[in-house]
Amino acid sequence: MEQHAQVLIGGPWHQRIPTWRDVVATLLVVAIVILLGSGAHQMIAPLITTQQARISLSPAALPVYALRTTLRMLAALVASLIFTFIYATPAAKSRRAETVLIPLLDVLQSVPVLGYLSFTVVFFVSLFPGTSLGPELAAIFAIFTAQSWNMAFSFYQSLITVPTDLDEASRSFRFSGWQRFWRLEVPFAMPGLIWNMMMSMSGGWFFVVASEAISVGNIQVTLAGIGSYVALAIQQRDLAAVGWAIVAMTITILIYDQLLFRPLVAWADKFRFEQTAALVVPRSWVLDLFRGASLLRRLGEPIGGAVQVTLRARLALPGKPRWRPVFALPRRAADFAWFSFLLAGLAYVGWKLAQFAEPELSWGDVSIAAGNGVLTLLRVAILIALATVVWVPTGVIVGLRPRLAEKVQPLAQFLAAFPANLLFPLAVFLIVKFALDPKIWLSPLMILGTQWYILFNVIAGASAFPNDFREAAASFRVRGWRWWRQVILPGIFPYYVTGAITASGGAWNASIVSEAVNWGPTRLNGSGLGAYIAQMTEAGDYPRIALGVAVMSVFVITMNRLLWRPLYAFAQRRTRLD
Amino acid sequence: MAAALRLCPTANAARLKEPVASPANNPIIEMRKVCKAFAKPSGELLPVLADISLSLGEGEILGLLGRSGSGKSTLLRIAGGLIKPTSGEVLYRGQPLSGPAEGIAVVFQSFALFPWLTVLENVEAGLDALGLAHDETRRRAMSAIDLIGLDGFQSAYPRELSGGMRQRVGFARAIVIEPVLLLMDEPFSALDVLTAEALRTDFLDLWIERQLSTKSVLLVTHNIEEAVMMCDRILVLSTNPGRIAAEIPVPLAHPRNRLDSEFHNIVDEFYSILTSRTTESIGAQRKIHGGLAQPLPPVPINLLAGFIEALASSPYDGRAELARIAGALALDIRDLFLIAEALHILEFAELQEGAIKLTAAGRVFAQSGIEERKRLFSEHLLQFVPLAAHIYHVLSEREGHLAPRVRFESELEDHLNPSDTEKTLRAVIGWGRYAELFAYDDDTRTFTARSLS
Repeated sequence: MEQHAQVLIGGPWHQRIPTWRDVVATLLVVAIVILLGSGAHQMIAPLITTQQARISLSPAALPVYALRTTLRMLAALVASLIFTFIYATPAAKSRRAETVLIPLLDVLQSVPVLGYLSFTVVFFVSLFPGTSLGPELAAIFAIFTAQSWNMAFSFYQSLITVPTDLDEASRSFRFSGWQRFWRLEVPFAMPGLIWNMMMSMSGGWFFVVASEAISVGNIQVTLAGIGSYVALAIQQRDLAAVGWAIVAMTITILIYDQLLFRPLVAWADKFRFEQTAALVVPRSWVLDLFRGASLLRRLGEPIGGAVQVTLRARLALPGKPRWRPVFALPRRAADFAWFSFLLAGLAYVGWKLAQFAEPELSWGDVSIAAGNGVLTLLRVAILIALATVVWVPTGVIVGLRPRLAEKVQPLAQFLAAFPANLLFPLAVFLIVKFALDPKIWLSPLMILGTQWYILFNVIAGASAFPNDFREAAASFRVRGWRWWRQVILPGIFPYYVTGAITASGGAWNASIVSEAVNWGPTRLNGSGLGAYIAQMTEAGDYPRIALGVAVMSVFVITMNRLLWRPLYAFAQRRTRLD
Repeated sequence: MAAALRLCPTANAARLKEPVASPANNPIIEMRKVCKAFAKPSGELLPVLADISLSLGEGEILGLLGRSGSGKSTLLRIAGGLIKPTSGEVLYRGQPLSGPAEGIAVVFQSFALFPWLTVLENVEAGLDALGLAHDETRRRAMSAIDLIGLDGFQSAYPRELSGGMRQRVGFARAIVIEPVLLLMDEPFSALDVLTAEALRTDFLDLWIERQLSTKSVLLVTHNIEEAVMMCDRILVLSTNPGRIAAEIPVPLAHPRNRLDSEFHNIVDEFYSILTSRTTESIGAQRKIHGGLAQPLPPVPINLLAGFIEALASSPYDGRAELARIAGALALDIRDLFLIAEALHILEFAELQEGAIKLTAAGRVFAQSGIEERKRLFSEHLLQFVPLAAHIYHVLSEREGHLAPRVRFESELEDHLNPSDTEKTLRAVIGWGRYAELFAYDDDTRTFTARSLS
């Protein structure tokens, strides 16, 4: 899912014009996905059994399951942070690395996570056969991929927009690379990083729940957690258990919000670059507690001191870190060498792809997948349109009233974070009970969890709408449809587009678990690309899983490039005030 | 002000890694035929600085005075090792400079404080590179803060401080490393007049009483009074490319008084030099490519009209010394020269020897109504700004009377850097719209002809 929350904190988002590099990166990623799929097919033969956790459906077991789920989230968060530093830093510092790494990242943001979950499960299980470490790592990896692309992108953006004067000051103080990284670059990137981290974590609950109970072909994986609890409840048609799980999830999200999200955002306020004190300072009772508790602080001091010393240590490489190449290639020649190397790599991958795909897939398969893709695309478009019509006016009305916004905004954020797949069993139960047509009635599930992104982004946009304009419109007595069209809608347009991009990306992801669902032994098939991928996953047909994922990626990337990004650029250009 | 804490010179010598063996006539920094050029998008080189040779000795404050775009900030950064010159040598204490060196500190126009660090932490940041012990760092930071007058603000964050206080932190951060050479890039121009004056006098007091271990200072400024107030020697830089146009010593004793006649004379001399440089460069630009690529100052029409009216009224009656009218209208020296240049190009006024004088057309403009003014302006624009005439003719000749902006942009970019191109186009668009010569649509980025009536 793409997050462009920079706009919410008032930062710039640089629109990259789609170039041939994006096409290349797309092809590269698609090729790798298909290759992995075909490769995974060959890996499954020796390993069948994995440790299966015994899930109990009693509510008393839920707290432990919730804890384990949360631990997976946190582990993924730490991994994402490390990945961000390692990936984004060379991308920002080296021009040549940038030409490859950034388009790749852009594309990876659009590949649906749940699609390649099946391959990663197989991969990790094959690494650690017989133990539950494999599936755990696969679940953590799924969450990791949901978070890290956004964070890496945000960090990269921050690194390339470091203000010149701070950069010059750091250079004139002769900071070593290590000192500069921790003194200048990371603190500058902190607000964007933390915001993206929190937003990604919100989205991550969805993937955690989906990845705790996986069945791919004849591999059955169950990890102790809320996701597998619900999966078992679905199998045994226990609606009450589903209800308990929803309650447990709600409490978990509230606790993590108070204990982690809000304190971090409040702490990150000190890294804000704007030089004026904010009108609304984010507060957190937890942070205040920590700051006030002197005993805790004294306990924390040695650790804090040690961290400070490490970060401020010079750690410079001995001697001049500049290396002089034996023969210095002129810049053009080096560029040429790099590009030909890339091209060769691409050609090799393409050839391998053709080799593998030939026996397994046919054009008929591609056309089936594409046809399903069009159906899902139609659904996503209609649902986004419906959500827009409902939530934009609501968001505007709420956002323009600060006290109401204060109450509703956290609620909307909570709803966006809440994994909607916990609610699916209820909907499925109802569909089965009233014998409704799954093709129509399963569709809203896709947007159930992601429509809230539109709502709270629009609320944020309406809250940030300059008061002067409202007053001017009121004094000229602009009312009714004119007011909507000429005053408020252009004002919230960039925020709406941000929310819509996230919502549509989330909807594609959700389609994999919402277009084909089970209730006990009953199977409901809504057809569409998500259903296609889900069916192939159950059948263990790896090449077709890969094909489905690749087709979905292409659809998402195309929609982003052709619709959402130009729309966003248009919104920015039209509504700039400077 | 702060308590007079002396930074111990003997302790200094013990801490320095290499002995400072510079006799009095060895310059601290020396530049020989330094040139700097930036690459244009087309790959050609655009010279910013050409043939700069200067030397800065111990105990002196050297001022670099020039218009915007004269490359003075670039020159300062070359002196500080932040930018490498394209050709020429830079010697710092006799050794070639190959990057930021020990003993050089920079004070920035925009303060460049880390927003996430407190005042104390910001000042200590300057010492990080030296790898000192924590206690030593703390001690030096506290004494620098005390010296510059920030005692009590150690735990404040930059966003809680006013501009003047922030620049004091910038100063503290620079002097805490006990620099030999202090480079200041328009340090007071982001502050209001009173605060700037207070900070200036505080700094000069520290300098005169030798409470700083700094041996020499390089100050970049566009404010003539400030330069004459602070510097022992002033270099005037020309524009495009930057060259040293003049070197004027300021032999006044500290503390200097603005109301002194000596002070006035020196300031007036600078105004004369700057006006003659301006008129020369305008004249030179007119000869290149038919004057098409003459960089235009983007001054909005209301400023031009307002200035003409002010100049025409009493007590000036059409002629004023630049130094006086700048003060009377509370105009920044930069803005003043931009307006003066624009009026000189449009021939509504004439710059001569530190004064500006309305031409006959300018007097008529001052007294006319809106319609008449537009007509007069349009005539002058067509006659004296070749770019405007060019755009007008291109539009009238073309089918559909449309021309894209990029066409003129690429013509200008052959001779100007992108920033000057943008400013020139902005100026000509603003003036052309006022004169009703042509229209411009920013959405589609095209010029269109107005209906010929």
